[in-house]
Formats: sequence, structure tokens, C-alpha cells
Amino acid sequence: MASSVQELNLLRPGHAACAGCGLAIGMKLVLEVMGPRTVAVIVPSCEGAIGGVYPNTSYGVPTFHSAFEIAAPTAAGIANGLKIQGRDDIQVLAFAGDGGTFDIGLQSLSGVAKNNDDILYVCLDNEAYMNTGIQVSSATPSYAWTNTTPEGNPRRKKNIMEIMAAHYNPYSATATIGYPRDLQQKITKAKGIRGTKFIHLLVPCPTGWRTPSDISPELSILAVETNVFPLYEVEEGRKYTINHEPRRLPVQAYLLKQGRFKHLGEEQIRQVQRDVDEEWEKLKHRASLQG
Amino acid sequence: MRDLREGLPESRGGDEIKSVWFVLLCCRAEVITGLSEEIAMKEFMTGNHAVAHAVVLCRTPLIAAYPITPQTAIYEKLSEWEASGILKGIMMRTESEHSAMASCIAASLTGVRTFTATSSQGLALMHEMLHFAAGCRTPVVMANVNRLLAAPWGFWADQLDSLSQRDTGWIQFYCENGQEALDSVIQAYKIAEQVYLPAMVSLEAFFVSHFMEPVDVPEQEEVDRFLPAIHLPHKFDIEKPGFLVPVVSSELYRKYRHMAQTSMDSVKEVALRADLEFKEIFGRGYGIVETVMMDDAEVVIVTAGSITSTARVAVKILREKGYRVGLLKIRLFRPFPAEALQKALGGKRKIAVIDRNNSMGSGGIFCQELRAALVHSPDRPVTFSYIAGIGGTDVTPEVIQKIVFDAMGRDEPEEKPIWVMEE
Ligand code: SF4
Repeated sequence: MASSVQELNLLRPGHAACAGCGLAIGMKLVLEVMGPRTVAVIVPSCEGAIGGVYPNTSYGVPTFHSAFEIAAPTAAGIANGLKIQGRDDIQVLAFAGDGGTFDIGLQSLSGVAKNNDDILYVCLDNEAYMNTGIQVSSATPSYAWTNTTPEGNPRRKKNIMEIMAAHYNPYSATATIGYPRDLQQKITKAKGIRGTKFIHLLVPCPTGWRTPSDISPELSILAVETNVFPLYEVEEGRKYTINHEPRRLPVQAYLLKQGRFKHLGEEQIRQVQRDVDEEWEKLKHRASLQG
Repeated sequence: MRDLREGLPESRGGDEIKSVWFVLLCCRAEVITGLSEEIAMKEFMTGNHAVAHAVVLCRTPLIAAYPITPQTAIYEKLSEWEASGILKGIMMRTESEHSAMASCIAASLTGVRTFTATSSQGLALMHEMLHFAAGCRTPVVMANVNRLLAAPWGFWADQLDSLSQRDTGWIQFYCENGQEALDSVIQAYKIAEQVYLPAMVSLEAFFVSHFMEPVDVPEQEEVDRFLPAIHLPHKFDIEKPGFLVPVVSSELYRKYRHMAQTSMDSVKEVALRADLEFKEIFGRGYGIVETVMMDDAEVVIVTAGSITSTARVAVKILREKGYRVGLLKIRLFRPFPAEALQKALGGKRKIAVIDRNNSMGSGGIFCQELRAALVHSPDRPVTFSYIAGIGGTDVTPEVIQKIVFDAMGRDEPEEKPIWVMEE
């Protein structure tokens, strides 16, 4: 019994993530479902730190630490190389952060999605460049403090799911560590689909979000229940399914627990609520189209 | 419409450009007519198509590419052959050259042979991944069609694109014609897969990439005999999972780079052996440098790439006129064949290096490297640096003769390179 648990422990203990890191929890949950017949690609980000310094590594599957902006074409190159050799029973998984996905890796991800190369791409979104010390990315939410937006981020978070849907790729889904079963079901589903699968995985980061290290799962749940981060999936760019009916808590319940939002005034909080409500209506509308 | 040339010095109009092309065509025709009746046995094709033939003959199953003039014909031909089943494998049509190289590296790490082709801006965009390919010890092979780098824009031959990648850890070959480009791609795989370093084969824009010449396309069985199936040690192994490209200590980084350097050093010998074996099977060989009429030469012209063909004609004319002129062609640029050059050029009086490239603030890159290679030779020649053919400007046999006469008339080397500004 112990050995089977051991086998599934594909992100071993002793890695270098901060205490309470949602990203490490996310990777572990994903790898558990992917299983040992997986080749993983990581790119510079906290994933690199989690990987460990030679000769130690925490990854339990063959892992390639590629360059920052090319998680997707690296994974696609591996997938095609394996396919040529008749080894397409091995799945290729790409992990990239929000910087590596929303910003510098967006073009190459788009290229791979357009070709529908057979990979599972997981964006570990901690909403800023955390590994380099908390700088704003295009995944940083409105008004959030970072070291390069000391007055708060003046722009809204980029809607990466809509960008992916515009590629008509077979499967994209949002997920977060507070809903591990939902996340793992989505990984299982993605494993069964050939083509470019995309998971937008929200991972709370105590260091960058300025939060205590013991509330990452709670924050993750609050992000969903306030509708800041709805759980849904998109198939072939058209079929939208909402996976969880949120309690629609006010956004304060999520924002005020985080140091990065502590400077927000009432009007800013109202604006976040308006944005969240508007996005939710749009999403419900899209989901209603196919019934 | 506004004439963009207004107020610009020495700009060129369309008609002038056309006439330049006509001159180029004539010049090349002259070279072609010098060939033997063997031509009848060969196929008439461009340098780009010759490269595509080589890729298929090497049974390369994974190609990742992005279009750029003047490389596109390679990409298109291979796509056509992928569609018709002649090419057995996968063509990855990536969204950039950077991703093309990323995919080649990744696929190579699974253990398959890979290929890409690019040019100029595309190669510059790949720069980051060129270092990565060498660092990962992946024997990716690439054809680069030498084209000038912007700004200003142009599509013409210039070797600065690949020469400015000289520190990336790639083996580099410079080819004179389509035949050599085809043969060099086949040799590049053979060499790269022995030393686990990537290799780049450069052919100049239009002069080689687009000119049609007779090319002998080898038989598949012969290529199979020369180039065995690929066996790479670094495959992803799900039974024994490893972590590839971890963060390492300074000492380990140094050790790793030193190991790569040692492998790079071995390339000269490996390349010579590969070339000899190639000659045995196919009847053609090139060496890593080639010398022509060197024995009694008082002035040696040094070239790389397509200017070599023209220089062969110039040397013939000069010899007929009674001048003792020789020619040395540099084919392998990385690693730089210093020993071969010391041996070939030691005791010569004068060298005129013709560079179709310029490193701003320094000069012709082949000349720099050559001077560095000869600096400790006791009987080193006086070396003159000529920058000619920049931006695809034509270097005719007459231009080369003028260069030789200029070198003959000088005793002391010029501090600065001499720019040939023939119109
Ligand atoms: S900075 Fe954030 S994402 Fe990175 S290891 Fe620390 S907690 Fe995890």
C-alpha cells in the first residue's frame, strides 16, 4: 500500500517553495492525476525553485526545465518526438506561470493551440512575477499592490480563458486548489482528449499576496465563492459549462484578507464588484447558449 | 507617391537593382559553363531545394519551421513532400523561429533527428535558443540562408546573421553552392550526432539559395550507408525520471561548459573524418578548408561562401596573366580551423581576406579570426582585410582582381579594413 502512495508522490517533499505555497499544492494535485507516464516541461518561475538545485530534484516524472517563453512549443516538440517513435502513450504536460503564459509565452502558446499539438498546458497563476520578487503581470488583478505597481495595478486582469477559447482548442478549464476534486476531474478529462488542453489554475501565493501561510486553500475557495474566479470549462471554443454554482459572497470577503489589497478604498472595491458581476453575467450567458 | 530617395545619398532605384541581378546571373553562368559534361547526370535545382533534398535523404522525421525570405523554398518544399508522403515525419509549423528552435531542441531530447531552416531576422530571433541547443547538447541541424540584418531592410546576401551567432556553440559551415549545401547538411548530421552539438549550414541569399545549378542528388542507400540511424543518450525515461537542465553551482556550470568545449574541439577531426568517408562513398569532398594553387602563391585570397566560386575564376584569369595568386576557402568556421590555416598559410607573403560581413567597430569577421589564428606563427603573412559584397553587392572576378592588385601594392597592413565600394 505504502509503495503505491509513494509512486503517486510525484512532487516529493523537501522542495523549496515558501510555506503555504498554493503553486506547489497545485502541481502536486496535477501530477497525481497525470501519473508516472508523463514528461513534464517547466519554465523559469517558482517551478524552477521547486525543482531543486542539482543533484536534488523533487519531480518524480522526467522533467525538462526549458526557457521562459516556450513552455508550449517545448512540450509540443516532445509530444511530436515521442509520437514519431510510437510512444504516444506518454502524455506531455507543460507548467508555466502567469508571466510565462499571459505575457512572454502567449505567442508561443497561441502557436501550439493553433496547431492543436497534443499537450496539456497548465498555467499556474499566482497573479504576478513572484519568482523575481513580485512584479506586475497581465494576470495581476485590478488595484493589486506589486513592487512595480506600488500604488496598485491600474489595469484589469487579462481574460486568458477567452483568448484560449478563440483558438477553438478542444478543452480549456479554470480550476483552483481549494477545489481539488474539481481540479483532478478536469485533469482526468483532459488526459482523455487529444490536442491542446489548457488549465487555468489559480494558485494563492502567501509571499506575493501578502497573506498568512495557512490560508491559501481558504483564499482559493473565497476566490470562487465571490465569483472573482468562477470554475468553468470551454470545449472547442464554444461549449461553456459552469462547474460550480458560487455563493456569490461580496468581493470584500476575498480582497480584505490579502495585504496586496489592503489600500483599496470603497469605490475601488465597488468597481471590483461591478467587474466581477459583469463577467459572471457574460459567462452565464455563454453557458446558456448550448443549454 | 513620394520618392523615398529624395535627400538620401547614393540610393538605388528599381531598374538599377534589376541590372545588378542581370550582372549576377551572367557572372554565375560563367562559373557554371566551366563545369564538365557530368552536368547531364545531375538535376538542375536551387540551393534551397538542394537543402530540402538533403533533409529527406537524412530521413529527418521532425522539422519545425517558420517562413522568412529567402529560406521559404526550403520550408515549402519540405511541406510539399510531407503532404505527398515523400517526407516521413512531422512538420511543425510554428508561430516563430524562436519556437521552431524550441521544438527542435525538445524533440531532439526525445531522441529523434530534427531540422529547421531560417535566415537573418529569424536567426536573430532564435538567438536565445541557439545557446540553449548547444547547452542541452542537442544535435539539431539547421540551414541558414545568409541574408542581411535590418535596418535598413533588404533581402540580400550578407554573412553577418550567422557570424554574429558565432559564440552560441553551434558548429558552422559556409557553402559555396547548392551541391555543397546538400552535402554539408548530410555531413552536419554525421558530425553533430557524434559530438552532441548543433550544426548550422549557411548558404548565401539568392547567390546560392535561388540560383539553379546542376546538383547531384545522392542515392538513398548511399546516404543510409554514410549516416546511420540516430542514437542519442539523452532520452526522457519514464522508468528512471531525471530533471533536465537544473540550476547548477558555478563550478558545475564551468565543468559542463568545459566539457562542451572539449567536444567542440574534437569537431575538426570528426569533420575531416566524415568528409573523407563522404568522399569515399560519393566521390566528392571539401575538407574543412580548401586550398587552390597555393604552392608558389605570393598573394592568397581568403574567402568563405559563394565569393569563393567567383574567386576561382579570378585566380584563373590572374594566373593566365602571370600573377602568382592562390585561394583559400574557409568552409568550417566553428570550431575555427586554426591549425589547418596555420599550416596552409605559414610562409606565405600576403593574404587578402574578403569578408561579406562587417562587425561594426571591428571589421571583417573571417579576417579577425584568421589574424588571431596566425598571431603566434613565426612566419605569418601580412594580412589585408577587404570588406566586399556587403548587403548582397556584387563581387565580380574584376572586383577580386582589383583586390589582389591592391594587396600587391601595399607593404604594411592597414589598421582598418578596406571597404570595396564598387558600384
Ligand atoms: S513566491 Fe509564491 S508561488 Fe513562489 S514559491 Fe513562494 S508562495 Fe509559492
